[in-house]
Amino acid sequence: MKATSRLLGWIDARFPLTSVWKEHLSEYYAPKNFNFWYYFGSLAMLVLVIQIVTGIFLTMNYKPDARFAFASVEYIMRDVDYGWLIRYMHSTGASMFFVVVYLHMMRGLMYGSYRKPRELIWILGMAIYLCLMAEAFFGYLLPWGQMSYWGAQVIVSLVDAISPPVALWIRGDYVIGDATLNRFFAFHVIALPLVLVMLVFMHIVALHEVGSNNPDGIEIKEKKDPVTGIPLDGIPFHPYYTVKDIMGVVGFLAVYFGIIFFAPEMGGYFLEDNNFIPADPLKTPLHISPVWYFTPFYAILRAIPQKQLGVLAMGVAVVIFFLLPWLDRGLVKSIRYRGNLFKVALGLFVLAFLILGYMGTQDPSLWYVNPVSRVCALVYFGFFVLMPIYTRLDKTKPVPGRVV
Amino acid sequence: MNTSSWKKWMTRWISGLLLVVAGSVALANQGGVKLDHAPIDPSDKASLQRGAQHFMNYCLTCHGAQYVRFDLLTRIGLTEDQVKKNLILTDAKIADYMTVVLNPKDAKAWFGVPPPDLSVEARVRGADWLYTYLRSFYRDDQRDSGWNNLVFRQVAMPHVLYELQGEQDIKAEEGKPGEHHVATLVLTKPGKLSPKEYDQFTADLVNYLVFMAEPDQQTRIRIGYGVMVFLALAFVITRALKHEYWKDIH
Repeated sequence: MKATSRLLGWIDARFPLTSVWKEHLSEYYAPKNFNFWYYFGSLAMLVLVIQIVTGIFLTMNYKPDARFAFASVEYIMRDVDYGWLIRYMHSTGASMFFVVVYLHMMRGLMYGSYRKPRELIWILGMAIYLCLMAEAFFGYLLPWGQMSYWGAQVIVSLVDAISPPVALWIRGDYVIGDATLNRFFAFHVIALPLVLVMLVFMHIVALHEVGSNNPDGIEIKEKKDPVTGIPLDGIPFHPYYTVKDIMGVVGFLAVYFGIIFFAPEMGGYFLEDNNFIPADPLKTPLHISPVWYFTPFYAILRAIPQKQLGVLAMGVAVVIFFLLPWLDRGLVKSIRYRGNLFKVALGLFVLAFLILGYMGTQDPSLWYVNPVSRVCALVYFGFFVLMPIYTRLDKTKPVPGRVV
Repeated sequence: MNTSSWKKWMTRWISGLLLVVAGSVALANQGGVKLDHAPIDPSDKASLQRGAQHFMNYCLTCHGAQYVRFDLLTRIGLTEDQVKKNLILTDAKIADYMTVVLNPKDAKAWFGVPPPDLSVEARVRGADWLYTYLRSFYRDDQRDSGWNNLVFRQVAMPHVLYELQGEQDIKAEEGKPGEHHVATLVLTKPGKLSPKEYDQFTADLVNYLVFMAEPDQQTRIRIGYGVMVFLALAFVITRALKHEYWKDIH
């Protein structure tokens, strides 16, 4: 005991180990009323770690070369010991990352976690989301299957619609080819993960600076114990939320490994059937659709008949989230004390997002796909554009002084 | 125009229209044929061995399985010697990949398209599709190969297994629009196998193709049960731990 405390003293004189531990864990006071929705932040970090670790092991056997890429993935699936497990963990992890992040964002919408003083946390979070989309897009080309190839082709053609020289610069060739695969590999395994980790770090630093929001949307720092200076409704993150999050992690792993071991393709949503065919630049698949987590935006793109405008609308659909802290003029943060206007608006928005996601997977030649997408796109944008009005008009309830 | 010829004309016109509609629907969803359920059992080693034998005899000449090594066959209950003696029909070594014998250039010249590699074909098409496809060839004089397929219209592949199955002819079914079966196949010339034996033959082959597409599928599921039990126990323990810590909070 004495030896360890001496060692700790030695370290603390040279590195802020104890103070960091206290500031961010044992004496970081989080509201005591976190509910189910508050698991997804720590789970997103868990998935990030899983993706990095499995990614490192995949890189050991993957070959970023148009001639060998598809074969090297099959090599991993067949000849590398437990290669199939590593690969499924990574492919399922990609989808689960988006599941967790979408739920995490939903939490923010419900409880007003983007409101003052947490605007920067929200902006950093949105930057993480953009980065994650790019990371997923670059990574999806790497197996070099038909969907990898033609999915990338579709996305790059969107850039091409705006500026052909930029599209050429991204591809490094006039078609998606070996040069494209090589640079996408570089972005996927080093450039974007570095940015991602850095942004996550800043996201948490910003969070710990202002403190966590909670389902009541009450600032717990406003009611402190006069003697200790500790928020009355706060509890130390460690051990309370560490043990709670460990339980959440086990629950999440049950779902995650359930998919990996029993349905790794997830009915074609996580691993698409056509991606088991090697990329063929001369053979366009009948029906190209992106992976499920991009389909809401893809549906918006297709719903607009003019291509450049479609690309613009798709871009705005993603970027408009950044403005949320300034669009919301409501008197309260949490949905618990909001009036019906906001509740209905949020409900419609979620519904529109889900329907758009479904429409994005469907063949656009079906008569209902584009009309329904158009209506949903209107609802989607209406949620944001009309927000300053309906949040101001909304009849809110009084917020209690303390967490209930 | 008298009534009966009018009626005849109408019937013809309508059935023709229906055929066109049915045909376009059929084309839209790859034949539009209702797929038969493939009666396969991945744990049946004997079936997998028979399937492997059929694959080597009938498929590997034109189709490759270039991501699969011959020693994979030792995982379905065969020894290396058995594989070498009975299943490697070329001078390939046991650790070699199942590459195609046919020259791709010749293949392109003969069939129009080189036959696809079959390593992961079962993951592209699914077992039911393969099982139905292999049993749905019929005689079609308008095709260069002399064959067509209900599941895969205008397929480039001739009916390699016709000696076993025999020959089928297509018989259009009239007056049943909206149903999946727009046509049925009738056996006109029996082959070496009875229809029941041929079904078994294709089931074994498909069983093998599914195994080859994901050799660790059964291992995956087996490990999965263990992991689920472990996580269920871990959940009970971590939940108890959480409650222990949290009992003084609320």
